[in-house]
Amino acid sequence: MPHDHSDHLSPSGHPYRADNDEPLSYWQTMEIAVRELLIEKGVSTAAEINAQIDAMDARSPADGAQVVARAWTDPAFRERLLANGSDACREMDFDIGALQLIAVENTRDTHNVIVCTLCSCYPRNLLGLAPDWYKSREYRSRTVKEPRKVLSEFGVTLPDTVQIRVHDSTADMRYVVIPARPDGTDGWSAEALAKLVTRDSMIGTGLAKTP
Amino acid sequence: MTDFDGKRWHDMGGADAGPVVPAEHDFALWEKRVDALMVLCSTKGLFTVDGLRRAIEDMGPDVFENTTYYDRWIAAVNQNLIEAGTYTLGELGAKMDEVAARGDTYGQAARG
Repeated sequence: MPHDHSDHLSPSGHPYRADNDEPLSYWQTMEIAVRELLIEKGVSTAAEINAQIDAMDARSPADGAQVVARAWTDPAFRERLLANGSDACREMDFDIGALQLIAVENTRDTHNVIVCTLCSCYPRNLLGLAPDWYKSREYRSRTVKEPRKVLSEFGVTLPDTVQIRVHDSTADMRYVVIPARPDGTDGWSAEALAKLVTRDSMIGTGLAKTP
Repeated sequence: MTDFDGKRWHDMGGADAGPVVPAEHDFALWEKRVDALMVLCSTKGLFTVDGLRRAIEDMGPDVFENTTYYDRWIAAVNQNLIEAGTYTLGELGAKMDEVAARGDTYGQAARG
């Protein structure tokens, strides 16, 4: 049965979290009121709002993984990605919007990690919405001060010979990490490589999976 | 305010804090709607991301502990829309009363 507005499914075909039976909160009341006022005033439509939700839902770390895998396998693309992250992602038909996206590359002696100390800026157009911990006081406060310790809490322990660079994002300037390509993947296709690229490896709180 | 260190509450970089708790959740429909409203209203030029941030930063430190991320976002979206003249405070109040009267759950009040 085709779904309607009240039975809105995500692109994966799953319903949204079943929270509609919980008591109505003040802020939920405000969301409904603001949304209905915007529709009544002709600023937006229910269809446009649903389409925007679907567009955001369609974004996921799998998009970023494709970009990373191509950078690993296509040296000319890697150069373009490092020179202008937004344009290189647009080349692959990802809708980066007006964001200035800066790709930073992990190497044998440098590890990059991204944070937004002031709010929650995140490469959302490439990776989807940020996880809760990225927006937490603990991550925002400590990543710029003791990044090695924060990374160790994610299970990432780097030798002292590896320099850690922390990139503090702003509303207009978002970073994405190109993790180091794992050893033992020579000759792999971009498609196979993309499966090794996790969300956290593109934030810098993880490494790409090893084969 | 003799102990003011020159940083406002949202400027957290470098402060002491506990271990990072690897919390995540699937976003609820109402949260996705708030996110969509923010993106659409800013795309339409009604306000900017900086306007959203300014409203959140002006809420003060308690709000970070007492509200959720999208609670703050809808409050900030609403603040900016009132400032932009999209609707009035009176229209908002009347609409919120109407919505709250529809039922006790989000599903009832949102009519889906």
